[in-house]
Amino acid sequence: MNLTLKVWRQKDANSPGRFETYPARDILADMSFLEMLDVVNEELIASGREPIMFDSDCREGICGACSLVINGVPHGGHRGTTVCQLHLRHFTDGQTITIEPWRARPFPVIRDLIVDRTAFDRIIQAGGFISVNTGGTPDGNAIPISKRDSDKAMDAAACIGCGACVAACKNASAMLFVSAKVSHLNLLPQGKVEKDRRAARMVSAMDEAGFGNCTVTGSCAAVCPKEIPLSFIAKMNRDYAVAILKGE
Amino acid sequence: MKLDAQIPAGPIAQKWDKHKFEIKLVNPANKRRFDVLVVGSGLAGASAAASLAELGYNVKCFCYQDSPRRAHSIAAQGGINAAKNYRNDGDSVYRLFYDTIKGGDFRSREANVHRLAQVSVNIIDQCVAQGVPFAREYGGLLDNRSFGGAQVSRTFYARGQTGQQLLLGAYQALSRQIGLGTVKMHPRTEMLDLVVIDGQAKGIVVRDLVTGEIASFAGDAVVLATGGYVNVFFLSTNAKGCNATAIWRAYKRGAAFANPCYTQIHPTCIPVSGDHQSKLTLMSESLRNDGRIWVPKRKEDGDKDPNSVAEADRDYYLERKYPSFGNLAPRDISSRAAKEVCDEGRGVGPTKLGVYLDFSDSIKRVGEDTIRERYGNLFEMYERITGENAYRTPMRIFPAAHYAMGGLWVDYNLMSTIPGLFVLGEANFSDHGANRLGASALMQGLADGYFVLPYTIGHYFVSTKPAKQPASHPEFKRVEAEVAARTQRLLASKGKRTVLSLHRELGRLLWEKCGMARNEAGLKEALKRIPELREEFWKNVNVTGEVGGVNQALEYAGRVGDFMELAELLCTDALMRRESCGGHFRTEFQTEDGEARRDDENFAFVGAWEYKGADQPPVLHKEPLVYDEVHMSTRSYK
Repeated sequence: MNLTLKVWRQKDANSPGRFETYPARDILADMSFLEMLDVVNEELIASGREPIMFDSDCREGICGACSLVINGVPHGGHRGTTVCQLHLRHFTDGQTITIEPWRARPFPVIRDLIVDRTAFDRIIQAGGFISVNTGGTPDGNAIPISKRDSDKAMDAAACIGCGACVAACKNASAMLFVSAKVSHLNLLPQGKVEKDRRAARMVSAMDEAGFGNCTVTGSCAAVCPKEIPLSFIAKMNRDYAVAILKGE
Repeated sequence: MKLDAQIPAGPIAQKWDKHKFEIKLVNPANKRRFDVLVVGSGLAGASAAASLAELGYNVKCFCYQDSPRRAHSIAAQGGINAAKNYRNDGDSVYRLFYDTIKGGDFRSREANVHRLAQVSVNIIDQCVAQGVPFAREYGGLLDNRSFGGAQVSRTFYARGQTGQQLLLGAYQALSRQIGLGTVKMHPRTEMLDLVVIDGQAKGIVVRDLVTGEIASFAGDAVVLATGGYVNVFFLSTNAKGCNATAIWRAYKRGAAFANPCYTQIHPTCIPVSGDHQSKLTLMSESLRNDGRIWVPKRKEDGDKDPNSVAEADRDYYLERKYPSFGNLAPRDISSRAAKEVCDEGRGVGPTKLGVYLDFSDSIKRVGEDTIRERYGNLFEMYERITGENAYRTPMRIFPAAHYAMGGLWVDYNLMSTIPGLFVLGEANFSDHGANRLGASALMQGLADGYFVLPYTIGHYFVSTKPAKQPASHPEFKRVEAEVAARTQRLLASKGKRTVLSLHRELGRLLWEKCGMARNEAGLKEALKRIPELREEFWKNVNVTGEVGGVNQALEYAGRVGDFMELAELLCTDALMRRESCGGHFRTEFQTEDGEARRDDENFAFVGAWEYKGADQPPVLHKEPLVYDEVHMSTRSYK
């Protein structure tokens, strides 16, 4: 199939960006979206132009590096799918596809489709961990954890930190990301010890980074490639309220 | 060059404890005086950086990704082994040690492997304490599953995302230290060379991948935890960015490279669909617990709907050839068996390079819901890529390059032949011999980072009194200039071919001549072809853009430039090793029924190569492998 791409190009954070139009010729249905961009980039390089730059690494939907807004939807709008796992069989011959970077003030564009997501790392550094040093930990089976809690913690821990939730949100809110980490750790007995401190510190780091507030539109959960549910935001709000009442 | 493995004396079970007691300690107040540079932030790098910082060392950590959380350890699916014997099925430290030695086809060091098995139990405790949500049973205790090459159930897992969860545990520990100011993190920063002064590793030269600036960092020790090199095959299960640049530059600065020909081809990956393919996707080996592997008995049935092939017309070749291990035969054996049936023309799918992995019996036995609970995310991933529903029709799988057992040579303390340069995880050669068992890579990465290096690095600081060198030392400037010149040369070439096309060509050549099966004629041909291709690369490569700012074409070109050199060492090693063992299968050396024929008399050694300059062939050094505990037997899974 043949496609027309309208791609956001931007030299660096300080330069203005613009859309450029490129043809994508002889594309196969079995290609992934990023493989299609590889093909277009090969042609650009061959003609002496700089390739379209984008983040990607594992290309199997787990590292969270890839981050494209396709036709206005982060990751392209297929349930539970990152853009690296999105295949061209979902597109039709002759289609025009718009490709943009994540758009959010806390995620400045570095170049083309690459954005700076270190704000997420800073939120984790503020409290997204359990304070144990290496060594001297009790036996793995010393504290039984109900399968239900453990499974629920795993549902939250599945977050890949890609930032699609922020890119989809009209407020650029990071609540889904932060609540997934708060919930993952707060649900486990090992994480309960620091539950209040964690919720308070991560929420304040999130605010400091400039992410917006949550108005519960649910667009974050709709685009989340790991299908993290909104209920974790509710849980974090509860944990946060308790933490504030306790004076954290 | 002298290879001294520094293996402690005494009975195997006591070596590590004895060594830990005998090596020198750094006074807690003195630790902050030592700067450690950790390159790589996967399981080995992140766990080492966090643990060293907790001890009080000053740590700087570097990764090429935008965040340490994205290192490729994250993609490991199936699980992590540990000799907990929670199942009461006869597991022990000794059995895990034995299985790993045997799985590695008697080409790894006994002392290292025993230590790995010993600390495996601490890893699980550590990860649980960090909040890693391992799978649990209804009683609240940890669940286990089986993996290839073992007859006990000792693999701990977190759905199909074990690597992700373990990495997030290590990333969280690292993030805690970053928050405390004990680790300075440098994401989007790529190590491009090692600085050696007076024979000791003193620092690294890096390129900032955002500004393009080339800069130096000085330290008292350098730790490489930069992963494996199988992207040399172009198509592999590694992430697109995985590269050998750090270990290759260290090799060229004097670190011996051990067993480069030991590469693992994983049996269960999604088959290649066309030339556009950018990488291969692994389907966890854990699927082999419930899936049965087969091809049609007759070639003609290869195009039929698999569900219409009668039971009697199917060849469950692993169950037939290896009745006691069946579908859980180790990776090297399963991969070769798949190649064999495809070579016979009995492969399936459009390319005929595929075999079926069929879940219908298990679905009948335990129900679709149970299978979904165990592997749901893998089935979904399969469907996204192929458009097929594996609950209804068997998966198609084929082997793909997956893991490098070879790597930089290290002693028992994980130090390379360059004093002050430590190598961890997949980047070193130490624990897996000629073949790695499933669920052992995560174990090794975390063992090295949490429980080995934090002890052994102190001994180096105390016993060698390394003199600190500032980054203003002329040697740093000289190496920086070399790096800048190489970068300029790549950009100046402005030839006709893209980096990708040259990488693909190199990969195809290696896959054909030095992949699942190798022979003298093929290797000699590859050794003739690789230097030609390398010359073509430097003459005719087209790298767009400039050195300043983000330039992904330049990053990729530098990495492929190093693969062009590493490929030659890989083939040189494969040609030298005139035997078949583990992942290294030489067609000249096989038994009558097609199994690997090892030659313990002549090849029971680690082959460590020393770089002698661009125009000189590398020199082979041999570290003999002595087996005091385990009898070297013919590996049988029948």
